[in-house]
Amino acid sequence: MRVAIIDYGSGNLRSAAKAFEWAAANSGVRANIEVTSDPEQVALGDRIVLPGVGAFADCRNGLYAIAGMREALQTQVIEKGRPFLGICVGMQLMASIGREHASTPGFDWIKGEVIKIKPDDPELKVPHMGWNTLELKHDHPLFAGIATGKQGLHAYFVHSYHMEVENGADLLSTTGYGGQITAAVARNNYAGLQFHPEKSQALGLKLISNFLHWSP
Amino acid sequence: MLKARIIPCLDVRDGRVVKGVNFVNLVDAGDPVECAKAYDKAGADELCFLDITASHENRGTMLDVVRRTAEECFMPVTVGGGVSRVEHVRALLLAGADKVAINTAAVNNPDFVREAAEKFGSQCIVVAIDAKQVSGEGEPLRWEIFTHGGRKATGIDAVEFAKEVVEKGAGEILLTSMDRDGTRKGFNLELNRAITGAVGVPVIASGGVGTLQHLVEGVRDGHANAVLAASIFHFGEYSIREAKEYMDKQDVPVRLDY
Repeated sequence: MRVAIIDYGSGNLRSAAKAFEWAAANSGVRANIEVTSDPEQVALGDRIVLPGVGAFADCRNGLYAIAGMREALQTQVIEKGRPFLGICVGMQLMASIGREHASTPGFDWIKGEVIKIKPDDPELKVPHMGWNTLELKHDHPLFAGIATGKQGLHAYFVHSYHMEVENGADLLSTTGYGGQITAAVARNNYAGLQFHPEKSQALGLKLISNFLHWSP
Repeated sequence: MLKARIIPCLDVRDGRVVKGVNFVNLVDAGDPVECAKAYDKAGADELCFLDITASHENRGTMLDVVRRTAEECFMPVTVGGGVSRVEHVRALLLAGADKVAINTAAVNNPDFVREAAEKFGSQCIVVAIDAKQVSGEGEPLRWEIFTHGGRKATGIDAVEFAKEVVEKGAGEILLTSMDRDGTRKGFNLELNRAITGAVGVPVIASGGVGTLQHLVEGVRDGHANAVLAASIFHFGEYSIREAKEYMDKQDVPVRLDY
């Protein structure tokens, strides 16, 4: 199996690549994990991962600056149905529009917009930074074998914006931070995580394994 | 619910941990990567490396430490020490650091914080503030920023400075009380409250931890979002698990799922 992790200059992908390698090796998947900025390599990927840190518009512009990348993603994920995982801003880019600083269109794969977190408790700080538990909205292969709920495993978050989805069916998981914050979205063969699985120890590695075994 | 974070801090000089970590049988207790792995396994919520390498030539050793750590530890890592240029931030992030702490350079040139935050995002820019009380007895409490390990006064008010760097894009404040650092008398809670009340970003309390009760107080009374400690963990006095169970019993929410 080839897993393409898209490198478009948005931060370090070493931990992401290493976490995917670890998860593959420890869940019986023979996977070739490739960090690439080449749309042709992305097209060869059996699974596609889009990480991302920083601001929505910067990430989108960086991604679109690579000739052919936008088309490769659309073809592979939407037309050919390759399993896709967006992480942090990579997940946010799946939305219709991002409202960080300016309004910037996203892929429009998940109807919704990326808006600033506004906790209803003024004592709560933004960024939402640290370990939080997850509420699962419905069963999904990505969360198979992962304990969720108040007594469940924790995921590591660091973000100031989150995706507000239009269609409730796309909402896979939320986390509580002065209200409900979107933690994961999923539709058809594509899913996105607001938290960092590559930094979330047991939960993250299990989730990555599940993604590698996922056959949507 | 978001949990309070416990962050062990390792001082690294020329690629080696100063004094080492002695709570488990490590083959090489001075190897920062070995120590990081031990803390990862012990359930630390984040790890902080502070590079105290003196000579400019040896600063590259930290990048190698960060690189090797990122390959084996799937937890967030913050790196600080001598970060004064955008290229330093970039090199550390590319090596695998999740966050970079800026200290003296933020004092000398607060716009550096803005530059770094605009380039890499506020989520990875921590400003490390070293503050010392300057108000006398009976006067309203006041703290000033000190540099050079607490030796050099700057005349800058700590609360005003915290507000300024957050306005410029800092995503987190690492607050060290120079009055308490190394004393084991507990955090300076008044200082902590003054800073957390003045800024909207998370604050890590540092300096003075000697007991588990101090960790509880940092969060409960100092309103810190995370607590940083070194010696009480490094020498096996308390384990991360013991610290968390103690905090949990005192109703400080912590992560115990590892």
